[in-house]
Amino acid sequence: MSELTLREAAKKPEAIAPGHRLCAGCDETLIARMVLKASRGPMIVTSATGCLEVATTIFPYSAWNVPWIHTAFENAAANASGIEAAWRAMRRKGSGPLAKYETLDVVAFAGDGGTYDIGFQALSGALERGHDFTYVLVDNEAYMNTGIQRSGGTPFAASTTTSPAGKVIPGKREWKKPIDEIVIAHGIPYVATINAAWPMDVMRKARKAFEAEGPAFLHAIVPCARGWRYPPEKTIEVSRLATQTCLFPLYECRLEGGRPVYELSGPSTAVARRPESKKPVEEYLQMQGRFRHLFRPEKREDLIGSIQEWVDLNWQVLLEKAG
Amino acid sequence: MKGQILIGMNGDEAAAYSTKQVNPEVVAAYPITPQTIIVERFSEYVADGEVDTEFVAVESEHSALSSCIGAAAAGARAFTATAANGLALMWEMTYIASSLRLPIVMAIANRALSGPINIHNDHSDSMGARDSGWIQIYCENSQEVYDACIAAWRIGEHPDVQLPVMVCLDGFTLSHTMENVMTLTDEAVQEFVGKRRFITVKGHMGETEFRLNPEVPLTMGPLDLQDYYFEHKMQQIDAMELALKAIPEVDAEYAKVSGRSYDFLHPYRMEDAEVALLGLGSTMGTVHYVVDQLRSEGVKAGLIKMRVFRPFPAEELIEVVGDLPALGVLDKAASFGAPGGPLYEEVKSVFYDEDRRPLIADYIHGLGGRDTSPSMIRGVYETLMGIKREGEVPEKVSYVGVRG
Repeated sequence: MSELTLREAAKKPEAIAPGHRLCAGCDETLIARMVLKASRGPMIVTSATGCLEVATTIFPYSAWNVPWIHTAFENAAANASGIEAAWRAMRRKGSGPLAKYETLDVVAFAGDGGTYDIGFQALSGALERGHDFTYVLVDNEAYMNTGIQRSGGTPFAASTTTSPAGKVIPGKREWKKPIDEIVIAHGIPYVATINAAWPMDVMRKARKAFEAEGPAFLHAIVPCARGWRYPPEKTIEVSRLATQTCLFPLYECRLEGGRPVYELSGPSTAVARRPESKKPVEEYLQMQGRFRHLFRPEKREDLIGSIQEWVDLNWQVLLEKAG
Repeated sequence: MKGQILIGMNGDEAAAYSTKQVNPEVVAAYPITPQTIIVERFSEYVADGEVDTEFVAVESEHSALSSCIGAAAAGARAFTATAANGLALMWEMTYIASSLRLPIVMAIANRALSGPINIHNDHSDSMGARDSGWIQIYCENSQEVYDACIAAWRIGEHPDVQLPVMVCLDGFTLSHTMENVMTLTDEAVQEFVGKRRFITVKGHMGETEFRLNPEVPLTMGPLDLQDYYFEHKMQQIDAMELALKAIPEVDAEYAKVSGRSYDFLHPYRMEDAEVALLGLGSTMGTVHYVVDQLRSEGVKAGLIKMRVFRPFPAEELIEVVGDLPALGVLDKAASFGAPGGPLYEEVKSVFYDEDRRPLIADYIHGLGGRDTSPSMIRGVYETLMGIKREGEVPEKVSYVGVRG
């Protein structure tokens, strides 16, 4: 395995050119650029319908410096399956335009809607079939492209346009779907969580994902200034807090001898070693307008407490797994 | 033609066998009756190492076509097959495949669309996809299925066309019925289809072949709004128009290799016909039989089998119909709330502007696999003779073989 160095990453041309139309403070391009910096060489990228697709490719413009295809919302993993199958068959035949590439990094980007919800079946199928591709979940925790509707990835109590904080119901009533555990249960070789606040961690994990033989899954937390209601310059701060509060711990899970082996990554290892450094989830929540109703007109200690309990429990379970 | 071998195959097997001979890079498919034999047979070819194909046993038809789209965009030949609800689940992707201009080949073992659920043949599935931008070929027998599944690649990949192709075969009637099929040698098929060729396009990074090329990247499937979408739709409209020229070219080349000639329309006993039936698929075999009977009784009956429904061969139809006084259209699909079945409506529109036009009546038949027997067809010819005699169409749309 070749560990990616900062020097190598810095030399790599950008896969996404500036001038695209994603919002100021958008975390999706940061993640996409970092992930693709780690590519080993030839690559083909596919994106599900969503902000990343819409804002980078308004015809006749394109921000993509790499071959890229979008077809629909729910099928990024199925598109990637076909691309990978095409490459594999051409290699076997020894003919066809992709036959000459010893490696081909096939990368699928999809949001939380395209992964937790509408694209879940295609993802599960592709993982089960074992295609050699990397699936990157850019999770901004709601359908941002259509105007902030709740998804299976939206956290408990978040106010969205279809789970609004009302007089009776305080935002989303369900907890976030444990997508990483579901993906890990497919027994794929590599799963990792990533956060743009730690770029080298993102790129090193992406390289591991590309090098894994079989499906790899990268789950990125991507704060959305518009949807989460915070000033655009705070994206990295919010993102960092997600990990520092252990709401979104950073870890990897590799398959060794058929068993999932969990390993905490640097920023989360630091918290595990010094539990007193774990920040209260309230600090994270109060930065975001989507949780405003937990603080105003009156503080909802009950709900904040529930969220803290949920975070603590999941963190504890992860610590047990990561030994 | 030399080297051809006669093999007993049903329609599904004919589709699988010809696809084996084509040896496409990717086959992505999901089982559904009555298409299942296609994926089963093809899986056997893969398991026995008879093809180089990557068989992607997807978890749904939506993913089947999505995988084919990914594969074809990456430069592969990609094949899939489905029926009825499977095609309905692919719905979204059928339009995307054609608008991305990907020459995928898909066999449709035509089956009635649910609900109520029914596994038998009619054309409600592929007729629903008639506006999706795919070329549609309808087959009368297994031989036609075999031949169409080879010619389809060359038609779809024709530089002027670049569109996906549906090869439609009637569920059970063809898919599960053993027939004699003359087959080409593997070499002849390989020589005929050749390697997939790509058109050259001007992308944002320069001129390149139209595929996902790691060296000269293209962006495929971008957001396309009011300022360009319409122009792109015009290109699809033009491609269908150009397919009207490309299909006969490919058919002529195939005839040289196989000795079997195909056309948009296959008329029979039309020269002096006074009444004729126009239709698609296996029903036309029954109609053929009845025409022979009627002719032996002195009735001037004829038939027109329509092999290519998309693009619609309007000029050819006008020419073949000529001075025919009464034309019946056999529709194996209903279009609820419409003036008639889909084939009828299009045939009528074609003749609206013609000075010379037949009296036209629609006969919707065979829904959900209801048998269309020779006696029913004979009954249809009798009503047509009445129409011819009276000079008017008392009932524009009739339903054949349905209980009152």
